[in-house]
Amino acid sequence: MTPRVVLVTGVNGFLGAQLAMRLASDPDIERVLCVDIVPPSPEVRRRLGRAEFIRADIRNRLIAKVIAAARVDTVVHTSVSPEPVGGGRALNKELNVIGTMQLLAACQTSPLVRRVVLKSTSAVYGSSPRDPAVFTERTEPRELPSGGYAKDAAEIEGYLRGFARRRPDVVTTTLRFSNFLGPRADTVLSRYFALPAVPVPLGHDPRLQLVHTEDAVAVTRLATLTDLPGVYNVAGEGVLTLTQAVRRAGRLPVVLPRPALRPVGAVLRRVVPLGWPPESGTPDFGQVMDTTSLRENAGFVPRWSTAQVFDDFVQGRGLRPLVDADRLGGGWDRIRSATVPGRR
Amino acid sequence: MAREDEDVRPGGDPCRGAAAVRTITEEERVAEARVIPLRPGRVSGGGAQPVAEDTTASEDLPGTVRAARSGDGPAQAGGGRDGEAPEPDPAVDARLEDRLAGLARFVRRRLAGEYEVDEFGFDAELNDAVFLPALRLLYERWFRVEAVGLHNVPGDSGALIVANHAGTLPVDALMTAVAVHDHHPERRHLRLLGADLVFRLPVLGATARRAGHTLACGPDAERLLRGGEVVGVWPEGFKGVGKPFRDRYKLQRFGRGGFVSAALRTGTPIVPCSIVGAEEIYPKIGDIRPLARLLGLPYFPITPFFPLLGPLGAVPLPSKWYIEFGEPISTAEYGPDAAEDPMLVFDLTDQVRETIQQTLYRMLSQRQSVFLG
Repeated sequence: MTPRVVLVTGVNGFLGAQLAMRLASDPDIERVLCVDIVPPSPEVRRRLGRAEFIRADIRNRLIAKVIAAARVDTVVHTSVSPEPVGGGRALNKELNVIGTMQLLAACQTSPLVRRVVLKSTSAVYGSSPRDPAVFTERTEPRELPSGGYAKDAAEIEGYLRGFARRRPDVVTTTLRFSNFLGPRADTVLSRYFALPAVPVPLGHDPRLQLVHTEDAVAVTRLATLTDLPGVYNVAGEGVLTLTQAVRRAGRLPVVLPRPALRPVGAVLRRVVPLGWPPESGTPDFGQVMDTTSLRENAGFVPRWSTAQVFDDFVQGRGLRPLVDADRLGGGWDRIRSATVPGRR
Repeated sequence: MAREDEDVRPGGDPCRGAAAVRTITEEERVAEARVIPLRPGRVSGGGAQPVAEDTTASEDLPGTVRAARSGDGPAQAGGGRDGEAPEPDPAVDARLEDRLAGLARFVRRRLAGEYEVDEFGFDAELNDAVFLPALRLLYERWFRVEAVGLHNVPGDSGALIVANHAGTLPVDALMTAVAVHDHHPERRHLRLLGADLVFRLPVLGATARRAGHTLACGPDAERLLRGGEVVGVWPEGFKGVGKPFRDRYKLQRFGRGGFVSAALRTGTPIVPCSIVGAEEIYPKIGDIRPLARLLGLPYFPITPFFPLLGPLGAVPLPSKWYIEFGEPISTAEYGPDAAEDPMLVFDLTDQVRETIQQTLYRMLSQRQSVFLG
């Protein structure tokens, strides 16, 4: 079933914006409504095309009126974000959790809503040394995230499950994304790896999984256009460790003891808009997800592997390596070619 | 990386007494052709006869591992040069150069982050180039391990190696990993299942992940086994590794049989493995419980030398080790649903435990000396 009227929340995020653009260019979709509390930049607005922007706070009852009046049949909720929009953590939590509750309440009262897609995160799995190395959709976290974005995301997923129970006729999709990274998108990780000297935790080398922003948009679009009931882990194939990624980007790793990482991150966050380390649930022990269900049940194979995502990011951003491995490691070849002219 | 290091003997059973049998690389043979070696035969493990004459010494790959493992080859080659050859051998020069170039390439790859890590964090290149050579020194020189029965470990499919645990520190698990890698014809990497304590600690946890080890839990074990890996598990856990010296070679309870469930679900064989020698490396004669509780450790050991001699007490006693891999116990015929049958799980657990215990008794009765074997 192709949706007729789609509502996309969080159009200021890259995922919401990109998705709205794609949907707007799809002639089968009658209307695309974009909602956010602040209007998007003129650039994004221009590219949104025929998609309509509605300045609304999803914490407000107004959203129910929008959904009912516009006869929305598909809701894509992408505004859940780890990053405080100016107002700090408290506002962030309000927007994430209360916003989702209001949005789902609005969906529940509208009989026309047929499909709800939620952007979630791998953070719901938490990260502890007692967790298995790879999370499947059915893995229960050993230690529930105690606060911050990870807790928000876990609670939001819970609300969606509750909604699905009360409205069994609605197809709900939860997409648990690993870290977004792409050459154009401004994400938590992109700012982190753009730092010249990257703070990394002492004695821990978390495994990272990345998903290309293009893949993230593509899979969200797939869930918007077709029925994909259930929860799916979304990540590129393969794994990079944090120090490996830092080396690939040619950055200088600054090893800090774990307790110091967060204060330093907080100070850095004031200087540069940096979201790392996340306020809570720093995945010191890594978060790797099994994506078999995505590939087999949803039929979506990410085009970029984790390593390709990272390399695309490094190249697309034009990050100049501070530590040039070719110069450091290739020294021998130069010495040899200099001292033994006859050879090679 | 370590493939070029040494190869198993062509023909014959490559597993039997493998630790004892040293293969001889190209340069060693060159050297042996020139000088009379100081020690007749190249027996590092003792016991078995030095029969190997390796003909497949690799020339094509520059060996960082071989360079790191400088115990014999280069020393003998050097001896050969000093003693006999007055003019520098261009072949040796070229080889040295290749080796340095290989090392430079390795360093470059590591600095550029151009290496593969699997979803568990296993870094095969680093393992082959750094961790295994370091452990190999301990394996060959210190404990003089003799490993037998490696033909019981499958070459291309999953298997669960279950062994007895001892020695205060889990050195036995690491030595078994070396045995499976160095003396199995397929040079398999043993993926160990460790306690969460290991993965909680900084540095140690990250290192363990890089070496391919993961948390001892059902999902991880099954995932590795389904992926066709050889997985090593020490089901006694802390009860085994930290038992007092007077209880040596007495198997403790085998957990709750979780390892059997994992094998049943994946239909992989269980290879019982008996290790003799690990009990004597740090004879644990006491335990400072309050200190252990303070540090969050399962025990704080007192050995005859630790903490009496301080860091020196942390040097393991050089006991002579034997590792025997027994007949595999097949689980495929029960089907994956059998994992839900607790009685079968208990029976198989007991069978594995009994096999290891009986093998230990037999091996102990054959052992004449703790340190000489």
